[in-house]
Amino acid sequence: MALRPLSNSRLATICGAVFVAMVGMAFASVPLYRAFCQATGFNGAVKRAASVPGPVSARMVTVRFDTNVRGLDWRFAPEQASQTSHPGESKLAFFRATNLGDRPLTGRAVYNVAPQTAGPYFSKLECFCFKNQTIAPGQTVEFPVVYFVDPRYGTDADTRGGGGITLSYTFYPAVTGQRITSSESSTSSSRVSPLGGSRRAGL
Amino acid sequence: MAEIADTHGRVAHAEAHGGYGDHSGAPGFFTRWFLSTNHKDIGTLYIIFAIQAGIIGALLSGLIRLELMDPGVQIFVHGSWLDQISHLGLPGVPEASKHGYYVAVTAHALIMIFFMVMPAMIGGFGNWFVPLMIGAPDMAFPRMNNVSFWLLVASWIMLLVSTMVDGGPGRGFGGGWTLYPPLSTIGHIGPAMDCAILSIHLAGASSILGAINFITTIFNMRAPGMTLHRMPLFVWSILVTVFLLLLSLPVLAGAITMLLTDRNFGTHFFDAAGGGDPTMFQHLFWFFGHPEVYILIIPGFGMISHIVSTFSRKPVFGYLAMAYAMVAIGFLGFIVWAHHMFTVGMPLNLQAYFVAATMVIAVPTGVKVFSWIATMWGGSIEFKTPMLWAIGFIFLFTVGGVTGVVLANAGIDYALHDSYYVVAHFHYVLSLGAVFAIFAGFYYWFEKMWGVRYNEALGAAHFWITFIGVNIVFFPQHFLGLQGMPRRSIDYPQAFYFWNHLSSIGYEITFVGLMTFLVVLVEAAVRRRAARANPWGEGATTLEWTLPSPPPFHQFNELPVIHAESH
Repeated sequence: MALRPLSNSRLATICGAVFVAMVGMAFASVPLYRAFCQATGFNGAVKRAASVPGPVSARMVTVRFDTNVRGLDWRFAPEQASQTSHPGESKLAFFRATNLGDRPLTGRAVYNVAPQTAGPYFSKLECFCFKNQTIAPGQTVEFPVVYFVDPRYGTDADTRGGGGITLSYTFYPAVTGQRITSSESSTSSSRVSPLGGSRRAGL
Repeated sequence: MAEIADTHGRVAHAEAHGGYGDHSGAPGFFTRWFLSTNHKDIGTLYIIFAIQAGIIGALLSGLIRLELMDPGVQIFVHGSWLDQISHLGLPGVPEASKHGYYVAVTAHALIMIFFMVMPAMIGGFGNWFVPLMIGAPDMAFPRMNNVSFWLLVASWIMLLVSTMVDGGPGRGFGGGWTLYPPLSTIGHIGPAMDCAILSIHLAGASSILGAINFITTIFNMRAPGMTLHRMPLFVWSILVTVFLLLLSLPVLAGAITMLLTDRNFGTHFFDAAGGGDPTMFQHLFWFFGHPEVYILIIPGFGMISHIVSTFSRKPVFGYLAMAYAMVAIGFLGFIVWAHHMFTVGMPLNLQAYFVAATMVIAVPTGVKVFSWIATMWGGSIEFKTPMLWAIGFIFLFTVGGVTGVVLANAGIDYALHDSYYVVAHFHYVLSLGAVFAIFAGFYYWFEKMWGVRYNEALGAAHFWITFIGVNIVFFPQHFLGLQGMPRRSIDYPQAFYFWNHLSSIGYEITFVGLMTFLVVLVEAAVRRRAARANPWGEGATTLEWTLPSPPPFHQFNELPVIHAESH
């Protein structure tokens, strides 16, 4: 044999270490995957940007807006169905949420763009997402979103075919330290959940 | 087995091998079978375990096929005969509802993968023949071997418990073996899914311990002269398999642990509401899942090589290429996982990569298939039962491989994803491929393991009935898939009636084949024809044939020495 043989226990220990390392890899993939998606826009994740390149193309791109509420007694709608802009030009869109219930409720929005391949080219300068938003009963809050479509959207083979971009928001109940109890989640919108959403999962 | 071992052949060999006494220190029944540290006894336990689990898995697939025999819902409905049985609350019996159908589908997959094919190939044949083939007295860690087996039994009990407790939509977990969230998190809020997760954890722990044991055994306990490049191909196949286990199973363990915490401890790994991503579960699952399908088939590759070589009376063609083809398949298995999820919306370039990488697997697989054919070429072929199964394997595996190349194309996969075409594909490579390999190995080593002979005519009948049956089950499913019938569907429109009905008739034929197998076992047990040390003659060259059948309780007290020319 070319290799100096290891003792049985040594070899078994190495195998055990490989096992532990692979379990670690599985868990490390969670933040890595998120960072990867944020950095590349993979899987429809949207990039956050600090500056706008300015309109560079004569071409127009249509951005449609989609809103959803899950597990909150809110009405949530975009103020415009869609907007058309030049790639590179920054646009301002408004969304409006109303608390229909009789108690203040805190929600948190998550977002995604479709098609997923447009993710790398959709950048937001200002957004209400990933922050808890509390709305008093009967109150209506307006949320602005400032975004632009990267000029490279028009040249990438995956996206240049057009068809526009859909920006989708979903408001979920904010995750507090404890699970949401059944009385809190038994709102009109969560009574019939398409996934059979459960109290346990807080949906 | 020990009492029937007292044959002429055995005595003759016992003397030739340095005087093993009869029984050679085999302990009493309880100690021998429940506290076993003997690799052959543990292998036997694994095989018996796999047979009983396989029968339950086959009965579950019978429920599926009976339900799909005609349009409409007949079996999984209130008031059916299944309803009356399921009220008894027996383990493994799904409830008579649409949810029960999905429980049957899910349980069939999990049982066949984790409790039939893996225990039979790795635990059963691996334990039995890896030490014999490399000239080792036993496994490196005999007690850990025992722990592996009993962990699997515990895992099996947990899975059966899972089918008996509330899942959320009904009794048991019905979200498919892929366990995709959100169906496996908020879609099944009952304890059934938690039991299933625990079951998979235990099965994983069992396999990991087994993998560590095999790696250590194969690296450290080979007889003098048994270099890696002289190792029998079955040992190579187990070595590749256990490396795949060691690298892929922890990822599954991590993923299902995340499912468990998402379900019970309020984490949001796969929950979009908390910023998680359900697609990531698919990536983690298939990073395990794709190597897993090679784990199921690669030991079969090893066995088929031995059988084809033995019954062609020729050494296997291209030994080194065969060994390294398995290594290559194992490596490629880790870099193609996303071909299971083309439809999640990946960028085109990424899809192109996974298409190309997947098709590359056809190269080492082709090396193996052509080498088996080249081994038979010009050989003195004897169509004994193991050889029938082996040739059946080559044919069926090739059919499944060809449809695999079709499915590897992302463009075609968009149309065929989750259709019956996929079901037909993976049953051709696994249900027919892996199971035919297991039966080939079972008949090949029958005398060696059980110490009695099987009936050649019955074995051939078992093969032909099964071969005809499974082809009638699965070939029409290609047509159903191409016509657009989705998998995991309890009902279908009238247009799909003909091929579904034919497929179900095929199941009935296959079931007769399964009964024939049981007849083979009973007949062999009743007649007790004395086993020969080497029933296959000069074609059988590996070390296990130098020992009596069954081998002594402890073998190779004096290690055999392997010379270059004997390989």
